[in-house]
Amino acid sequence: MKVVVSCTGNSLEAQVDPRFGRSDRFIIVEADSMDFEVIANPAVTASQGAGIGAAQAALDKKAEVCITGHVGPNAFQVLKAAGVGLFNGSGLTVRQAVELYKQGKLSEILAAGPAKAGMGNLGMRHQHGRK
Amino acid sequence: MIISVLSGKGGTGKTTVAANLAYSVDGAGYVDCDVEEPNGFLFLKPEITKREKVDALVPSINQTLCEACGKCSSACQFNALAQVREKVLTFSQLCHSCGLCSLLCPVGAIQEVPREIGIIEEGCFDGHQFLQGVLNTGEPMAVPVIKQLKKTIVNNKKDVLVLDCPPGSSCSVIAGIEHSDFCVLVTEPTPFGLHDLAIAMELVNTAAIPCGVVVNKSDSGSNTVKEYCAARKVPVLMEIPFSKKYASMYSAGQLLVDQNPELKERFIALMQEMRRLADEAVSYCKW
Repeated sequence: MKVVVSCTGNSLEAQVDPRFGRSDRFIIVEADSMDFEVIANPAVTASQGAGIGAAQAALDKKAEVCITGHVGPNAFQVLKAAGVGLFNGSGLTVRQAVELYKQGKLSEILAAGPAKAGMGNLGMRHQHGRK
Repeated sequence: MIISVLSGKGGTGKTTVAANLAYSVDGAGYVDCDVEEPNGFLFLKPEITKREKVDALVPSINQTLCEACGKCSSACQFNALAQVREKVLTFSQLCHSCGLCSLLCPVGAIQEVPREIGIIEEGCFDGHQFLQGVLNTGEPMAVPVIKQLKKTIVNNKKDVLVLDCPPGSSCSVIAGIEHSDFCVLVTEPTPFGLHDLAIAMELVNTAAIPCGVVVNKSDSGSNTVKEYCAARKVPVLMEIPFSKKYASMYSAGQLLVDQNPELKERFIALMQEMRRLADEAVSYCKW
């Protein structure tokens, strides 16, 4: 089973990035063997729709489960439509998060968080409209 | 002649300047291009006589024809499409109506359909023409509404049109000032005012539109705005000192020129000066 984790480094000891669409990379972990591959998030610098782009990248890698922190409404819609399970791994390393997931101890993300949360306090102001 | 009023920083007095200018100058029309939060109507109190809706074209996917090849979603620069399993999801609000998806679809499953995103309202105040764009609540993209407003203007050979532009210096401001004959940058003498003025000025210079500055609350803050303008040889066309009377009139939705004939004269003089500067710029270009 492939687990996609938003993260801040290139190893299983890296921290889970609580942002999804604006995470700069993802680790794709094969849950049974703990083999992994790191991919850059192609949408990290997108002016809009980063969550959708990131979700698409995860789906292209055949993700069945995704571990992150906050998922915005658009990414949530895409991942849910694909039947991807969403779990909260904030504050953990990638290895801890995947191990806890396998033991059924990670909490599921049941609803989308606010839009643009991953843009820090800039949020909506960097949108297309108003500066 | 089209005059765009912009500011960089929000809340410096764009609408105050634009509305009072349009009201003071004989035959001048007012166009509210700040379609996210149009507020000129509060002061000009126009009678609206015509409403026209603004549509944006967005993809509609025929799921029986769609083969989920992923060509449309991977080509979309705005992440408005996502391919999920055997299905393509659309996010209409993110769509910029470029039409690329429907061109690329190998099986013709994508049709562009109109989606209403706002309206244009037309009317008049005191014999002057009034126009405003209103973006629907929750819509992220103002540009199509502003562009349609500008199309309405092109068909309109009014002597003077004053465009009240959005704050900032992003796409919607660019759509606002495009094809203007003159830009007025309204600012206040604060570090924020100056910072955003400089960005807006860079935009106006890039667009090669002649411009000048109006300093609002000019007797407060510091001298840095005037020094900035002097160093760049940008004329300071008008200074409006802070006045409690103006502030309370503004709060009551009144035009400042209503009870201040001397201020009205100053707006008329501002118009003449802008006309002179715009003519000068045109003759310089021809030369």
